[in-house]
Amino acid sequence: MPSWPVLISQAFNGLALGTLLALVSSGLTIILGTLGVLNFAHGALFAVGAYAAFVLLQYTSSFVLAIVVGCGFMLVLGFLLERIIIRYFYDRPHEDQILVTYGVGIVLVECVRAAFGGNAQRVPVPSWGQGATQMGFLIYPTYRLQLIAIIAGLLLSLYLVLYRTSMGLVVRAGIENPGMVGILGINVRRAFLLVFAIGVVAVGLAGMLYAPVVAVTPDMGANFMAQSFVVIVLGGLGSFPGAVIGGLIAGEIISLTSAFNSSYSEVMLYALMAVLLIMRPQGLFGSEGRA
Amino acid sequence: MSLLEVDKINTLYGDSHVLFDLSIRVEQGEVVALLGRNGAGKTTTLRSIMGVLSPRSGHIRLDGKSIEGLPPSAIAGMGVQLVPEERAIFGGLTVEENLRIAALTAPNAWSYDRIYDVFPRLKERRKSAGRTLSGGEQQMLAIARALIRDARIILLDEPFEGLAPLIVRDLVEVSRNLAAEGRTMIVVEQNVAAALSFANRVYGLNNGHVVFEGTPADLNASPDLMRDFLGVGM
Repeated sequence: MPSWPVLISQAFNGLALGTLLALVSSGLTIILGTLGVLNFAHGALFAVGAYAAFVLLQYTSSFVLAIVVGCGFMLVLGFLLERIIIRYFYDRPHEDQILVTYGVGIVLVECVRAAFGGNAQRVPVPSWGQGATQMGFLIYPTYRLQLIAIIAGLLLSLYLVLYRTSMGLVVRAGIENPGMVGILGINVRRAFLLVFAIGVVAVGLAGMLYAPVVAVTPDMGANFMAQSFVVIVLGGLGSFPGAVIGGLIAGEIISLTSAFNSSYSEVMLYALMAVLLIMRPQGLFGSEGRA
Repeated sequence: MSLLEVDKINTLYGDSHVLFDLSIRVEQGEVVALLGRNGAGKTTTLRSIMGVLSPRSGHIRLDGKSIEGLPPSAIAGMGVQLVPEERAIFGGLTVEENLRIAALTAPNAWSYDRIYDVFPRLKERRKSAGRTLSGGEQQMLAIARALIRDARIILLDEPFEGLAPLIVRDLVEVSRNLAAEGRTMIVVEQNVAAALSFANRVYGLNNGHVVFEGTPADLNASPDLMRDFLGVGM
């Protein structure tokens, strides 16, 4: 049995991983729910975000500025991918969509590898996040605490966009029935472009923010993508609240299991998914409709 | 010139040919009923007009301008509004959000209050999620979404299907009032008596062909036609 400080520290790690998975998964689930496309390039885009932070921080010492410029870059990348490739696949079978997004992912990862090599790169922790914070009997890295707060803030903003703006209204309606949104006079395809770009920014931003905490490698997104798929299945396909709650649950399960035996952490995650799918096939917040 | 003119369209679902050189026209301020058995092509006609399906050949003209082949959002932008058979209420959105999204792109959108004058029940349920509405309330909301857009032509697909008689009576009353105000509508309905109570003109469809055109009085005067082509005994 691990000691309490270890367990609590792991619970904080779980929160950091969980919020991150929530952000990555909300991008994935909104794209899937609205466009009907399961974006297999999502993990590669996470890595692209991390490398964007790596490159930009060589030109500026301001972490915030790097993030802002990085988001602009991800937005443009999202627009281009949708306009040049993804939009031609909306009416194609799911197999084609999986193949093309998987292909885009490979191309992105190999471009990163060609440009920066396969070795791990280090991204510095921002100046305001150095050191550790004393929290009672626990000392915890300051940046990781800030990361939890920053991502919680981002998820809140995403919530406000989805539930308090006209664009969010179109996205939520589009997740349920894109055909009817079109019949009500809204150009669904234009909304799709924006949704895809926002999803790309969300995952890229997650990569940028996480870069100082991990080794930045071209393949760093693969593991996150697998876990994100589990998260959106847990939460219910196309559900934003599901992605957030599912992300937190997955983060805690992985981290807390690691405190006992790290080799079982992923096993526990998939076991939970299997049990949940038996009891509630549509996921925590999913509806039985379209997937 | 008719407000809407469907001119010899042929529409297919995959490989199955559903509409054969089908032509109908609708004048400004008119209510036209499309009657016929299941599979006669009524719903397909409405979906072709809305642009949900593209006719293989033929023309659909609004104010004399061809609209066939345009996407539904563009056709909605010209004032045509389908109220689909399955109602297609957004279940996760509230009643008011369903109205708000409908009004988003409408230049002369009605106020919520004007909608609630027509359907007071929707005002009581305005904060409720669409999925919690009864069938009758969903149908009211489906029609309300077309009204709030101030649609020039409303295409009603089986608006009374599966509803309790009292609710059908209320909806017929609303439809009559809309007709009396000069709102142009095409109504597809199995409940022939209800449809004929507010239609000015009737087309009978059979196997994707127009087999009858006339007034409700003409139709009432020929019970054979009702029975043979429309599958209804009266």
